[in-house]
Amino acid sequence: MTKQEILNELKKVIAPYTTNKEMLAGIDDNTDLIKDLKINSANLVDIIIDAEAKYDIEIDYDSADKMVNVGTCIDVISEKIKEKNEQHG
Amino acid sequence: MSNRVVVTGLGVVSPNGVGVPAFLNAIQNGLSGIKFIPLYRELNLSCQVAGIPPFEWEKLKDYISDVTFYGLKGTNIGYGLMAAMDAWADAGNAYDCDEPRWETGCVFGNSAPDTEAMKNVISRVDNKEAKKLGSRVIEQTMNSGVTSYITGRLGLGNKVVTNSSACATGTQAILMGYEYIKDGYAKRMVTGSCEHVDPYVYGTFDSMRVLSRKFNDRPEQASRPMSASAGGFVPGSGAAALVLEDLDFALQRGAKIYAEVLGGSSNSGGQRGGGSMTAANSAGVVRCIQEAMTNSGITGNDIDLISGHLTATIADRQEIQNWINAIGRSGEGFPLTNSLKSMIGHCLSAAGSIESVASILQIVHQFVHPNVNLEDPNPEITNLISLNSLPTSNINRPINVVAKANFGFGDVNSCLIFSKFTN
Repeated sequence: MTKQEILNELKKVIAPYTTNKEMLAGIDDNTDLIKDLKINSANLVDIIIDAEAKYDIEIDYDSADKMVNVGTCIDVISEKIKEKNEQHG
Repeated sequence: MSNRVVVTGLGVVSPNGVGVPAFLNAIQNGLSGIKFIPLYRELNLSCQVAGIPPFEWEKLKDYISDVTFYGLKGTNIGYGLMAAMDAWADAGNAYDCDEPRWETGCVFGNSAPDTEAMKNVISRVDNKEAKKLGSRVIEQTMNSGVTSYITGRLGLGNKVVTNSSACATGTQAILMGYEYIKDGYAKRMVTGSCEHVDPYVYGTFDSMRVLSRKFNDRPEQASRPMSASAGGFVPGSGAAALVLEDLDFALQRGAKIYAEVLGGSSNSGGQRGGGSMTAANSAGVVRCIQEAMTNSGITGNDIDLISGHLTATIADRQEIQNWINAIGRSGEGFPLTNSLKSMIGHCLSAAGSIESVASILQIVHQFVHPNVNLEDPNPEITNLISLNSLPTSNINRPINVVAKANFGFGDVNSCLIFSKFTN
């Protein structure tokens, strides 16, 4: 899964949690989930749970803490997908 | 020096009408909101009918953001939120604000948080999947969920209380809001209550054998307060809200005024003297009604209409006897009396607020709604009061003062006195 593919999917995961739909359309690596997309910090948990379900991965607490902007979200998700694929060979 | 308190906004989600215009039409025409519920038959419950509001869940999007709507599942919260938002708009207020509204508070009640939401929590946790619950569950399983949604949307910054006193919850919420304004703590209060009788709440009452079970094939006839064939109550769901305001505050902003809250009282019979967890101590009921009249500066002779608790159980006769003892009127002299439960069932915590909205509408539009299903009045009741006091069709009559009372499990009582507003 390419970075662009993950980004496109990530937009769908984030969509229900932001009222700032215009900014969502144009997000890039530096877009901050809380500051830019005005996502309630409590809802970050829901985005992580939804991402876990979407990619069939597990995101541990330490990795979740890194997911503050779009770039780090993509990094963590790519890493977890890679780990999963290596495990399942 | 106490402040006068007036009602400036109404909202209602009732089994026989969502929104004030639909509800007014329903109560004037004796329309029932009781329906057969196939699920209750599948679940092997004895009573299989209930009052369920014709509620369109998607309509909540008109009141809250998409983000808040997404993940909102608590039915009682949806009911309460819509009733409160409608009442707030009806009072002529905008929803949005940047700063907290420090002068406005909220007392909103319910019996239990959404037990269907609770079921989700229990199964997830037992299944070792607590991590998957997410952030939106606690706000819907805490008892103050509905109050938190209302106050968050409106930015209310005064006292915020979630009350719970079984079937007396709604009247008690309005009374508490009234007292905060009367005593000068707040200028305006959003008050009310909500109830969602899901199968789990319903089942507990069904097991007590206090529900109507002989009319499952005739749902609209199942709720029969004061009738000889009354065989228990019909559970109902819904919500209602009243915006209460300090009179001067309301006049200054040119608000329309529906009615005045003259006063009220809330007490308990202490589960003594015949009172118990499930039965009312009559001495407590009489005392509550009399205190409400005293606090309101009226006597029993001033009451034009009693909006009774009158659930359609064996307690109806004793309730009428208690009213007689409290107001000192009986026979032909007993005031007009009705039970909204004949149309919508017993909405438990929501009963008091929905019935209060009905009381105020009867003052505003000068009518008395019918007692439906009273084809066979209980002779033990008509021995005490005239049948003329129990209208079975809508009647137009000058209604200036309404006494509204509810009595709940735990032997708790609440009584409100509403009056036509005159300055």
